[in-house]
Amino acid sequence: MPIHEKSLIRPENIRTHDKLVLDGVDVSGHWSTFIETRVVSDYNERLQEEIAALPGGEYIHRCWQCGSCTNSCTVNAVNPDFNPRYWIYLIRVGMESELLRDKDIIWQCVSCNKCTYACPRDVFPEGVMKATAHWLELKGHTPKSRSTMFDEEFSEQVIATGKIEEGRIIRGFFARSAQPLRQDWLIEMGKRLARKLPFKMGMLLGIAALIRPRTRGWGRSRDAIASYVGEQEQRQRKALSLPEPGAK
Amino acid sequence: MSGPDVKDAKARYRRVAYYPGCALEGTGHAYNRSTKAVGKALGLALDEVPNWNCCGAMEVKNIDPKVQTYLSSRVLSIAANEMHASVVMAPCNGCYHNLKKAEYDLAKDESSREVVGRISEKAGHATYQAGQVETIHALDWIKHGIGEGALRQRVSNSLKGLKVANYYGCMYTRPRHIFPEKDQGPGTESTSQPHFMDDLLEAAGATNVDFPLKTACCGGAHTLSDSDTSTKLVLNILRAAEAAGADVIATECPTCHSGLEMHQVRAEKVLGEKTSVKMLYFTQLLGIALGLSPRNVGVQENVSDGLEALKEKGLV
Repeated sequence: MPIHEKSLIRPENIRTHDKLVLDGVDVSGHWSTFIETRVVSDYNERLQEEIAALPGGEYIHRCWQCGSCTNSCTVNAVNPDFNPRYWIYLIRVGMESELLRDKDIIWQCVSCNKCTYACPRDVFPEGVMKATAHWLELKGHTPKSRSTMFDEEFSEQVIATGKIEEGRIIRGFFARSAQPLRQDWLIEMGKRLARKLPFKMGMLLGIAALIRPRTRGWGRSRDAIASYVGEQEQRQRKALSLPEPGAK
Repeated sequence: MSGPDVKDAKARYRRVAYYPGCALEGTGHAYNRSTKAVGKALGLALDEVPNWNCCGAMEVKNIDPKVQTYLSSRVLSIAANEMHASVVMAPCNGCYHNLKKAEYDLAKDESSREVVGRISEKAGHATYQAGQVETIHALDWIKHGIGEGALRQRVSNSLKGLKVANYYGCMYTRPRHIFPEKDQGPGTESTSQPHFMDDLLEAAGATNVDFPLKTACCGGAHTLSDSDTSTKLVLNILRAAEAAGADVIATECPTCHSGLEMHQVRAEKVLGEKTSVKMLYFTQLLGIALGLSPRNVGVQENVSDGLEALKEKGLV
């Protein structure tokens, strides 16, 4: 049985007494630890509905808290605070303020789909993580994560031309996320490659960087996708009770 | 749907529509080159899907999953309706995964059908209908199109003595429901313990080491946006391969491959953690076993110095 409400045993909610005698019995010190009384009154009753309105979150209501997602999670193994089961619980009961404590790491889901593979209820926890990260950004709880910046750079190129060119993606992403492109390890990689790369191959990569690869006759696909994406953005903002983009 | 019958695969896979995808025109160029070279050497023909587009990768899915479904469906539609092909082969795990996912969504989900139909119509091309073509990975293509027996007979430069850790990554097996042909008993691929690459490289003479992280994640989705996590994940994979005694890690995905290469360098530069295992695409290894030159299968295009590992074993 997982601990549903970890908040109850967080250090600030735990009370011990240096000197406490109850009914003549000395209960001082750690052996007698009390959980602080608390009253939760700020449930967000619409939280689950809002997450379910975003792509990936549709099946969150199916969860029965078995914990298979967290147990199989790649990121949890690196950072124990990354806990999909717990976040799904918080969303389902509407404990928004508790969820917000972890707002800066939820975007770190690597989409390995181990959770989706393990989930006995087809919750698609990977999708729920994406929907939750998306929700946090739409609601203004977090700035756009680097992952979102990368997704946007990539998607904009695909929608514009039908294809991507990796060099352009890397340059665009580093510019968007205000990081210097001259990273030691990227330079080292380039050096190792340059040492052996056949001249002809180097030429081809250079040409790809200069002349943008594109799918011929892509214009109509581009327009149809752009109009669909616009529709979806409006639908999502409405579901989250957010003003139309550009509205005051 | 139990998936396509593999019995007549030898005939069906002899000539397939080929979808290289964006990565194989860039960082994964060596995979493209070696896939084509191995196909040629084995008498398997590839017809590139004309005027293809990006499958949507993971990034477009994060913006909107149905746009990714549309993008993949356009590629399938060209293969089915313009090329009249019955099989599309995608060597990249990301492309392969997305085409399979589009196939699944279009078969099962009415709203995906509706959105894809609407965008396809506005875009002015035939809407792809689920079931028109079969999507396969380069591993299926060689495993079922040639088979270990025939492959063994064609090996002229056995990989004998080369210890290989076979790394499949995430997208080739997860989530299970989009791969209805897997987990169907003997002869089919397993989603928990994939073995097609092991089977092929063993037939080419290599020794497969017992590698526990075959389907672990390399953090490819966040390779640049959360590099520290990716470096840790990759380092786990590299260390596990070395602990298992591997000389090389065989890969079958351009994103995994370049992720392992990048973060091997990054682990060395940023964390001071040096590992020496080399990465080669499984098609590069098969090509070497079939007597092709390293240049022919693009070994020089890798960042990782696979040539050194091959020289050490006297394979080149």
